[in-house]
Amino acid sequence: MRSLYAIYRKEIGHYFVSPIAYVVVSLFLLLSGFFFRLYLSDAVEQSLQMEVQSMRFGGMQPFDAPSQILRVFLGFLALVILFFLPMLTMGVYAEERKRGTIELLMTSPIREIDIVLGKFFASLTLFAVMLLPTAGYIFYVFLHSDPAPPLRVIFAGYLGVILFGGSLMALGSFLSSLTENQIIAAALTFGAFLLLWAIDFGTRGTGSATGQVLQYLSVINHFDDFTRGIIDTSGLVYYLSFIVFFIFLTVRSVDSMRWRRA
Amino acid sequence: MIEVQDLTKAYGPVTAVDHVSFTVKKGEILGFLGPNGAGKTTTMRILTGFMPATSGTARIAGFDVFQDSLEVRRHIGYLPEAPPLYPDMTVEAYLDFILRIKNVPADKRQDRIKDALEKTNLVDKRPELIKRLSRGYKQRVGLAQALVHDPDVIILDEPTVGLDPKQIIEVRHLIKNLAGNHTIILSTHILPEVSMTCDRVVIINKGKIAAVDTPQNLTAQLKGGQRIHIDVQAPEKPLRELLEKIPGASRAQVTSARADGHVTATIEAAPGKDIRSQIAAKIVQQGWPLYELHGISVSLEDIFLELTTDEEAHAQPAN
Repeated sequence: MRSLYAIYRKEIGHYFVSPIAYVVVSLFLLLSGFFFRLYLSDAVEQSLQMEVQSMRFGGMQPFDAPSQILRVFLGFLALVILFFLPMLTMGVYAEERKRGTIELLMTSPIREIDIVLGKFFASLTLFAVMLLPTAGYIFYVFLHSDPAPPLRVIFAGYLGVILFGGSLMALGSFLSSLTENQIIAAALTFGAFLLLWAIDFGTRGTGSATGQVLQYLSVINHFDDFTRGIIDTSGLVYYLSFIVFFIFLTVRSVDSMRWRRA
Repeated sequence: MIEVQDLTKAYGPVTAVDHVSFTVKKGEILGFLGPNGAGKTTTMRILTGFMPATSGTARIAGFDVFQDSLEVRRHIGYLPEAPPLYPDMTVEAYLDFILRIKNVPADKRQDRIKDALEKTNLVDKRPELIKRLSRGYKQRVGLAQALVHDPDVIILDEPTVGLDPKQIIEVRHLIKNLAGNHTIILSTHILPEVSMTCDRVVIINKGKIAAVDTPQNLTAQLKGGQRIHIDVQAPEKPLRELLEKIPGASRAQVTSARADGHVTATIEAAPGKDIRSQIAAKIVQQGWPLYELHGISVSLEDIFLELTTDEEAHAQPAN
């Protein structure tokens, strides 16, 4: 546990002492701020139109602007994350291997699992730090809506984003442990995750067995429920097992470095 | 402290380390000497648990490096060939991280850092970022890393690479001072380093051990005994005849003959015989002016070259 914390501290230091964290977080916030403003004005305009229509014709469903904003905005976040997180995870192991510091870690009295978990929690922390301000935007909208939707909807939405991003980072860390080259690690992560995202594209709407399997495997399908404020057990199980699976593979991969070196 | 038995490491068809066996006693400094690619680094990596051996066993402080790898790693400090540094960390933060992953309790860390910085002469570099340090300083940070947690066994892979002559002397001094409390293995391809710092030398070539002994014994043991160099003003042929007649001289060789009559020659003496006075007497008897006469002490360099180049020829009948 102490070694895990030592690795975690070192990784956090690496992110925040070097410019990596600042570049990634500020770009991410710039983009998300810009798009949030866009979605907000869009939703306000739409709700005004709805109100005018319901006054003219009567009996229309009231428009739920805050939930609409949350859904669209979280969908947008998922897309931005797909581009940003591979850049955060690409160096996690590739850089240690290239610099030879992996030799230090592997000849120190720490277990592989401590290295892997320490690194994973550190990248998860950085991810949470970059997400937190965007939750503030949504919170602000909810606060000024009438009637105000329950805050647990925001919580469910962001739990989804964390799980989705966590899966992406677990996959990215694993791929980083396979190579010394950071560019290869980033490209593999991006490609593999995009593939998992789009795996069910041909089968959407069909009820065939393969279609259902592929739809379950797609990383983005389970995300939709969370953006609606629903914490679905199948989604929770999906993401958590995804993360655990790739952390397991990373531990095996780090361990196998001892054997593979030729 | 360290026992290595028949250690073998094969990378596919290439055998990097071939049935290597040696032991190191507590407090001893063992030098690992060999040309580049001889298997020094591979042996060290096996000892530190970084990679497994193909066959054979190695034990450090009684623990098997493969079976009880974690326990072995608790007892060692290791400086790999390239110092494993994090360029974005300060020297202090780096050493603190090392102490944390080596499980050194919090209350001892400050003292350990101070001690390691003093030993490696890095006190004034404490707050500096590692990436801003010169190569020599980086190497010293690597060295500090290997000893900061006060391990029983310190394994150093080419510890003086990249240092200037003054720093090299400092580091050798440091290593000598560490012995006694620590058991040290260091590798090098620089010969004087071994004769200056090590209690015992393992000469390794092409993965096999060519010799294990103290530097003094290795020097004394060289076949052919002492060699004597002379510079005489004399006719070449009679000189050679004269030298060959001296009892105890096994071989006389004229190495150069100059136009002004100066002839230089080397005479090999049979082991255990000092024939210098006889040579001088004989030459003076002839009335030839003797300008120079001195014994050439055989350096480790000669032994090393002999052992590593004759390897091929000796290997055949041995098998």
